[in-house]
Amino acid sequence: MTVVEADSAVRNPPHAQPVAVPLLQVEDLHTQFHTSRGIVRAVEGVSFSVDRGEVVAIVGESGSGKSVTALSIMRLLPRLTGKIPQGRVTFDGKNLLDLGDEEMRAIRGRDISMIFQEPMTSLNPILTIGLQIKEPLLIHLGMTEEQAQERAIELLHLVGITDPARRLDQYPHQFSGGMRQRVMIAIGLACNPKLIIADEPTTALDVTIQAQILELMKNLSRKLNIALIIITHNLGVVARYADRVIVMYAARVAEQGPAEQLFHRPRHPYTMGLLRSVPRLDHPRGSKLETIEGLPPNLANVTKACRFAPRCPFKIAICEQEPPLYPTDTGSLSRCHRHAEIAEGKITWSTHSGAGLNFAANTEAPVLTVKHLTKHFAVSGGLRGTSGTVRAVQDVSFDIFPGETLGLVGESGCGKTTVGRLILRLEEPSEGEIHFEGVNLSTASAAQLKTMRRKVQVIFQDPYSSLNPRMTVGQIIGEPLHVYKIVNGRKQNEERVAYLLENVGLRPEMAERYPHQLSGGQRQRVGIARALAMEPSFIVCDEAVSALDVSIQGQIINLLEELQRKFRLAYLFIAHDLAVVRHISARVVVMYFGRVMEVADRDVIYSGSLHPYTKVLLDAAPVPDPTIEKQREPRLIKGELPSHMAPPNGCVFNTRCPMASQECREVIPPLEEKRPGHFAACIKV
Amino acid sequence: MLRYATNRILLMIPTLLGVAVLVFFMLRIVPGDIVEIKLRGDGGTVTQETIELERKRLGLDRPLINQFGTWMVDMARLDFGNSMWTERPVVTEIAGRFELSFQVAIMATIIAILLAVPMGTAAALFRGTWIDYTVRLITIGGLSIPSFWFGMIIMLTLLSLFNWLPPITFTPIYVDPIANLTQLIWPALAVGYRYCAVVARMIRSSLLEVMNEDYIRTARAKGVYEKLVVSRHALRNALLPAITVIGLEFTFLIGGLVVTEQVFNLNGIGQLFVQSVSRNDFTLIQGMVMLIAAFYVFVNLAIDLLYAVFDPRIRYNS
Repeated sequence: MTVVEADSAVRNPPHAQPVAVPLLQVEDLHTQFHTSRGIVRAVEGVSFSVDRGEVVAIVGESGSGKSVTALSIMRLLPRLTGKIPQGRVTFDGKNLLDLGDEEMRAIRGRDISMIFQEPMTSLNPILTIGLQIKEPLLIHLGMTEEQAQERAIELLHLVGITDPARRLDQYPHQFSGGMRQRVMIAIGLACNPKLIIADEPTTALDVTIQAQILELMKNLSRKLNIALIIITHNLGVVARYADRVIVMYAARVAEQGPAEQLFHRPRHPYTMGLLRSVPRLDHPRGSKLETIEGLPPNLANVTKACRFAPRCPFKIAICEQEPPLYPTDTGSLSRCHRHAEIAEGKITWSTHSGAGLNFAANTEAPVLTVKHLTKHFAVSGGLRGTSGTVRAVQDVSFDIFPGETLGLVGESGCGKTTVGRLILRLEEPSEGEIHFEGVNLSTASAAQLKTMRRKVQVIFQDPYSSLNPRMTVGQIIGEPLHVYKIVNGRKQNEERVAYLLENVGLRPEMAERYPHQLSGGQRQRVGIARALAMEPSFIVCDEAVSALDVSIQGQIINLLEELQRKFRLAYLFIAHDLAVVRHISARVVVMYFGRVMEVADRDVIYSGSLHPYTKVLLDAAPVPDPTIEKQREPRLIKGELPSHMAPPNGCVFNTRCPMASQECREVIPPLEEKRPGHFAACIKV
Repeated sequence: MLRYATNRILLMIPTLLGVAVLVFFMLRIVPGDIVEIKLRGDGGTVTQETIELERKRLGLDRPLINQFGTWMVDMARLDFGNSMWTERPVVTEIAGRFELSFQVAIMATIIAILLAVPMGTAAALFRGTWIDYTVRLITIGGLSIPSFWFGMIIMLTLLSLFNWLPPITFTPIYVDPIANLTQLIWPALAVGYRYCAVVARMIRSSLLEVMNEDYIRTARAKGVYEKLVVSRHALRNALLPAITVIGLEFTFLIGGLVVTEQVFNLNGIGQLFVQSVSRNDFTLIQGMVMLIAAFYVFVNLAIDLLYAVFDPRIRYNS
């Protein structure tokens, strides 16, 4: 630890005045990919600067060019296709784009390091963690093996990995996702760089782990005076950690400025729209999610017009010409001709006035009843290795009524997906019963099961891999119609497919297309149409919107709600995003480690939760408001999910619970009705 | 690991038992009779009585299940019996041939690996350049040219250039290494060409895949020297699938080189196989099949254990 501080103190004396020249200055950066289908201009004319010790966030939706900007700075673009025809990247007085390969290599990992999105695949699986951390030390700092070993131990300690000396000899697969990301940070910090670029560093992680990692990065960057560029699509993360924000849209900077200003007084319609589309935990729930209609432009053929114009409700004649970055009254830069009108408050997004969902108390019989559902998986390692049981789902019970949405939230590994699979009968339950429309599925006849398979449908998470790439949209939607003989003949089938496509907001001509010709949101609509084809009464939505961009996510959620009203559908909405679940659900079930922690009506869960886990979960999710976020001290949850091979005794949450006592380690708390309609499994409340 | 290996070796018993049942009864179904071939094969006239006597002497008159039982009991005592044709012990018959085939297989493997690793690596790293195209041309040749034909070309070249013909007898390496190597290097080269083509293509495609992995990008972002990125980070991962291919090819070389052995005038396992099958020499065929099966299982086990050495994610004991 002392070595770290001493070293950084030499380079950045704590009392020195901020240097006038920024650490990193990107000017008019253009990056292109030369593909077989033409030139894709992934980044066009991006300029920004980063001061020493500053935290800058680059936000944008997928394909907006934010990651490509980072890779261009690092000069890590694919060699054959990636080209930077124009621009300057001045770092510490040197134009990185002019450096030779060897000079650039000497800077990577030494002065600028990078942390990537996927901790599961970003470490080499066959090399020890120790070697991977020591590599930059040996290469850049010329340390001896012993010095490097010592420094590696110190780094692991710094990023909060216990027993570092022993863990150095381990391999990446012996670490969890969160731990691997800590290792990545340790590698990034190894040589005391001046700048760290973190590309979606927490997107693949759970909220509680995300909070741990981001706090760690922020603290270290403050302590060691390292500048940080965080690339993310999560506005909550931006609000909490960034000093300055750069909003990218379709390869260009749409708006950039100080975080406070940008969030509270956005001066670009896209920023305004983006901020409105995020479902928020700290706001009362609106009847309908706000969205930005339409899709981002295709970067292979862009016009001279403002890139956001096709989706912008405030488009006027001048928008046919691309706007420059105008300085605005707030001190931020906005690429909008009408920024002054926005500043005067003349332009605001209209809000939806659609009727809200009516969650009247349901007196009907539930469409689905789950009683004491339990699923154990037997696992064995090797031929006669250790074997055991993973208790994926333990004693889960709930009802879902017609036309209602039940939200099921929890972190990865909590068993929420398994519950969905059990209901779909993709897995056999070990214990417990599932009743669908009054029929017990474990004793149902083959005919009853066949009806059930038709009336219970599913929408999957990944719109990219859940559609067969060799079938047209029409075939994908039409196939089940044919199998279940819902329609007669080709003509009827086509008519039905067209009707379904219209219902999910796609043009009937889409039936001729193949999945790869559609965008993520369009594919998810196809997935919904396929589910609707069977005229279901109940749909399991397994992380149905989590792979989509914010503006698209809102569109899909609104569609799901609209369809629910129209067809009186019941949903089981499985997700890890609390704000999304809150928006769509009537009641919410919170799961942890295979067990139900809390069940309550949605507003109760979010405003008056009882269970400590629910509180921690709500607390860990940052909201997109820098004022709130910067005042708030995070109640950081300690530790990680326990191993399924060695489940904790007593309450499953006791290993991480801030309230846990000896008693919690002995008794498994039952799910009790603490208040009318509000259940929690905790002996402390 | 040790426990895993022991388990796998124990599992060989049912595997080999299955092989034994199959080979024994399938041989009995195949038409033809060793006694007929032996005594009447050259058109000689022998009385039915003599044939019966000979069958009785070889034990072929007993019920099948009886014969099978005896064979099993003998095998359990590691007694593979005598060849029905030459009357020499099966083990003696096989031993000399196996030595030769095994050596050719080892030499071919060494040649293949020495050529395939640099070729596959260069092709992947310089994808789309003349280097890649040259390697792909060479390897596609290796896959499409039959080994025996390539062997014949080698022979003819040697004959016309150096007036060299392969010796008729085999010299073991411990007797005269030079003579042994000059004899076996050519068949090893002929077989090794195809072998190296398979492995090089495997390495090329898996290295191309690995070079796109996130951890390669991480290594570059750390400022690791490009040479080290390839040798330490990429190649070690890319060689894993190649190990499987090497193992499969290696086992194929034992007993699978019937024609190539003929071309180079080698008395290997392949030749012996053809000979014994044409003579219906039951005990010898059975012995050879059992030997090759056991060898195959062993090599596969060795590959699996090697995998664990190279890939830390694979641990057989936990």
